[in-house]
Amino acid sequence: MATVFKRPHALIDVPLHYCPGCTHGIVHRLIAEVIDELGIEGKTVGISPVGCTYNNYDYFNCDMVQAAHGRAPAVGTGVKRVNPDNIVFTYQGDGDLAAIGTAEIVHAATRGENITTIFVNNAIYGMTSGQMAPTTLMNQVTTTSPYGRKPEIHGFPIKVCEMLSTLDGAVFVERVSTHDIKNIMSAKKAIKKAFQVQMANKGFAIVEVLSACPTNWGLNPLEALKWIQDNMVPFYPLGNFKGKDLEV
Amino acid sequence: MAIRERMSGNEAMAVAMKQINPDVVAAFPITPSTEVPQYFSNFVADGVVDTEFVAVESEHSAMSACVGAQAAGGRAMTATSANGLALMWEILYIAACSRLPIVMACVNRTLSGPLNIHNDHSDSMGARDSGWVQLYSENNQEAYDNMLMANRIGEHPDVMLPVMVCQDGFITSHAIENIELVEDDKVKAFVGEYNPKDYLLNKANPISVGPLDLQAHCFEHKRQQAEAMKNAKKVILEVSEEFAKMTGRKYGLFEEYKTEDAEVAVVILNSTAGTAKYVIDQYRAEGKKIGLIKPRVFRPFPVDELTAALSKFKAVAVMDKADSFNDAGGPLFTEVTSAMFAKGVFGPKVINYIYGLGGRDVRSTDIEVVFNELLKIAETGTVESVYNYLGVRE
Ligand SMILES: Cc1ncc(C[n+]2csc(CCOP(=O)(O)OP(=O)(O)O)c2C)c(N)n1
Ligand code: SF4
Ligand SMILES: [Mg+2]
Repeated sequence: MATVFKRPHALIDVPLHYCPGCTHGIVHRLIAEVIDELGIEGKTVGISPVGCTYNNYDYFNCDMVQAAHGRAPAVGTGVKRVNPDNIVFTYQGDGDLAAIGTAEIVHAATRGENITTIFVNNAIYGMTSGQMAPTTLMNQVTTTSPYGRKPEIHGFPIKVCEMLSTLDGAVFVERVSTHDIKNIMSAKKAIKKAFQVQMANKGFAIVEVLSACPTNWGLNPLEALKWIQDNMVPFYPLGNFKGKDLEV
Repeated sequence: MAIRERMSGNEAMAVAMKQINPDVVAAFPITPSTEVPQYFSNFVADGVVDTEFVAVESEHSAMSACVGAQAAGGRAMTATSANGLALMWEILYIAACSRLPIVMACVNRTLSGPLNIHNDHSDSMGARDSGWVQLYSENNQEAYDNMLMANRIGEHPDVMLPVMVCQDGFITSHAIENIELVEDDKVKAFVGEYNPKDYLLNKANPISVGPLDLQAHCFEHKRQQAEAMKNAKKVILEVSEEFAKMTGRKYGLFEEYKTEDAEVAVVILNSTAGTAKYVIDQYRAEGKKIGLIKPRVFRPFPVDELTAALSKFKAVAVMDKADSFNDAGGPLFTEVTSAMFAKGVFGPKVINYIYGLGGRDVRSTDIEVVFNELLKIAETGTVESVYNYLGVRE
């Protein structure tokens, strides 16, 4: 009988602790499928962030290091430099990567570290219960912008892919989304390529994944997916910014 | 008439900040102090304060923004815990040496690692030598009251130092208890205006803040800081007395609970003092003469007063919710014992318990273990072990 559905081996068979409708779980699964398909489980090391996914070392079937908030790219750099044959990925939220860890991500990319970053942008600090993040959209309501994000008080959202693609060390930069099946399939392709770039020793690769936080957005899971499509995608355009034709 | 309310320790600190109405609050969220800036950002959004609220990208920037705001002549406040405080480290020292009386709500949490969000005192204890005044609070009321007094203490011309007000994460920060608030106008009158002698962009007196200071003057600079910390003790007592006149709530350098005729006592910071008081009441009903000393002011360290108070006991247990990993004892223990030695107080036998690390629950039965040991020492005069752990699996 043909197997049509199988849990990826790289994803440990335990229930994930994420809220209903949270797309962190989907992103985990895509990474695990890619690890399986590339046959790199035995040599992959993941760096866990601080955020809702702080304990994703319980989910990925590979060795993981817990980094302090925002420091994953620096920790990943250390792991990779000691053993360049390892495949090193960081998994980071927007608070982790685009707020407290902005220096680390910019400089890992600047140095052209041969690591892969999966950046899950849900436009909010999920873990600490919904404060405004640098990626929070204009007019978006959060617990620290109760009447919506206003430029004169809160400044403007940061576009990470656009910013990092100006750096020579970043060779693969792509933004994808999780709001429907088609986009999830593209997301997987991008994540796979980002790992392949590393396997081919080409340099720093990052995939930004637009993701839902229904709990802190105050939406149900379906509304949250629609919110990504209607609000996030227009502001954070999907597609490849760099390295589309890179040979891997 | 004071306002009777019920609220969590975090909300109490945020309400104090609202009543103080500082010029700038810069903060980055971290459990369990997150609610403090979150409540405050709502006050800002609702226009009930005039504060500039800056949702900065990290605690390092939060403290840096506070330094800038305070140097510019404003009142700056922030709130944090654990790793947030650790990330501020570099700037804590700069704030203190620049004599900028910033006020911080520090909601105590275990400093990573391991990663843990629950309460102990490893965060603020690590910052104990950064030059900040440190006040500790047993419950929401004390956290609120300490916040209201913090500006007055820090901004006093003889002090001019930043002040950290600590309370226990979750245990008091998230527990809703009764509280008595002071009316807004009274707080306003009590806290007063901040009119620093030196500030930026004063055309009549241009200054540089935080410049290079090498061998020629750095030592004198540090000596002045030490003097300011010394002065803080007197100022804390004066401000507390004025506060007592306004509210009826009396605060000193430390609280003594049932110590008059006590033969043994424990020394404990923050919320566990409440648990100890319960045990003391139980034991006293059985005729056991036991008491408690709860330091409120850890920086400056009240050497004279504390050692005098401790001298009357036969045995004392100093309780530390942080370890020093020095094979000698926790931070409170080493400070208390070195003060006693320096003051020639050799009477009491003193032991140390490290307790509650990483949020390990401390029950009344744990405190009973400590008092039982102290009563045994008082009777026999022998100490079996000085440096002990309470409630840990070994
Ligand atoms: C130094 C430090 N500051 C603050 C925190 C508190 N903190 C934990 S998670 C988090 C935000 C995480 O947001 P994000 O990276 O977007 O992850 P999400 O939960 O949304 O997936 C913050 C501020 C911390 N752990 N360490
Ligand atoms: S709070 Fe948001 S990001 Fe965190 S698990 Fe829930 S839905 Fe996901
Ligand atoms: Mg996020």
